[in-house]
This record gives sequence, structure tokens and C-alpha cells, in this order.
Amino acid sequence: MAVNVSVPTILRTHTEGEKSVEASGDTLEEVIEDLETRHSGIKGKLVKDGSLHRFINVYVNDEDVRFAGGLAAAVRDGDNVTILPAVAGGSATHERP
Amino acid sequence: MLTIRRELVEAMIAHARRDHPDEACGVLAGPVGSDRPERFIEMANAERSPTFYRFDAAEQLRVWRAMDAADEEPVVIYHSHTMTEAYPSRTDISYASQPDAHYVLISTRDPDTHELRSYRIIDGAVIKEPVEVVESYMFSHTGADDVPDAP
Repeated sequence: MAVNVSVPTILRTHTEGEKSVEASGDTLEEVIEDLETRHSGIKGKLVKDGSLHRFINVYVNDEDVRFAGGLAAAVRDGDNVTILPAVAGGSATHERP
Repeated sequence: MLTIRRELVEAMIAHARRDHPDEACGVLAGPVGSDRPERFIEMANAERSPTFYRFDAAEQLRVWRAMDAADEEPVVIYHSHTMTEAYPSRTDISYASQPDAHYVLISTRDPDTHELRSYRIIDGAVIKEPVEVVESYMFSHTGADDVPDAP
């Protein structure tokens, strides 16, 4: 199952500057594992303690995977996976619970 | 240094005042590589909170796609602090992922006067930068205008 993965500027150091790369897998987790075999270090930017990093948004086609099973989200041949860094912050000095 | 048109500054301040006491947030898009904010995009704060902000993920995807299609990038990422000064918090720094963007903070803690400051946030380091407010980019000292006139 080949999918197209859009890579944000901040992660392109792992993809030799490429804006989009191909990967395969039946779930988002498998896609990320496959990416890691060719783009070493990218998994660590996306996944922390077995789930998607809260600093990162991932979409399959137009759907935010947080509402589609997270790493277990299904992907199909020809799907577009988009990675965007979350834009967040705020005046609170403590981390959000 | 951030060079920015007055109407864009006024639009950010108006948004911050309107959403007070919750934090307001948004983006100023500009042509890729220009460092010139042109298009004001007010974003929803998905947290609706006086101490946190987060772009709504679905709205962010739509806005980022529109920027891509127009060869634009986020030149300014702004948000307000409603009870504290206009300085990046630890949370702001931990989330900052756009080393090329100007992070603009607006404090609305004083009802009569606002503070507006701009920063670069690169690898966890915060660098304050001057803000030059101009009426038009045509006459500001940026880009090609810095090239001296031919003799």
C-alpha cells in the first residue's frame, strides 16, 4: 500500500529536503515505521511513548488522525498523509495536563 | 527585524481585544522567502482559554493548504497574553516549530494600552527583535530597496 506523505519544513532534514515522500503500510504506525527505514530519525519526531507527539498534527486525506484512531488509523493505497507541526502555546508557565 | 504594515498591526490588536480574556491567535501569510506579511488570517483558539492557545487542527490544514497553493508561508504567528507581559512563555517556546517565522505577542492585560513585541524562537532560544510599523512596504527599508541607487 503506497501513500504520499507531505513533510513540513522542520522535518525535511530527515528527507533530504523533499516536501513529499512515499511510504507504505496499512496503518499510520506502519507508515511511520516504513518512513523510519529510509528517513532515519523521523519517527522520534512524530511518536513519543507509543502515541503521536502532541506537538504534531497528522492527517489522513483531510481527517485529523486524533479522531480516527491515532497511530492505528487505517490508510489505503493512494491516500495522502499530511504532517503539520501544531501551533500552540500560551501564557501558562506549566505544561497542559 | 519585523517590518509590518500598520493595518496588519491594528487587525491583530483588534482581534486580541475582541477575544480578551481568552487568548487570540492567528497568522500573517506572505510570499515564500519575502519576509513580508501580507494577508491577515484570524484563527480560532481551539482551547478557548485565558492561558493556552492551539490552532484548530482542521482549520490549520485548510489554511496551510491555501498558503501552499498561493506560494505563501506563515511570516508571522501571533497570539495574545491576557494577564501577563508580551514575552514567550515556556509553553510558547516548547511549541515553536517555525524558525523562519516572526512570533508576535500582544499583551492585553492593561485595558488602555497594549504591548506588541516580536521574537524569533529557534531551537528553544528566544531572540527579541525590533518592529518597524510602516504605512506601505514600498517605502520601507527592506529587501531590494536596500540596494544603493546606481551612481
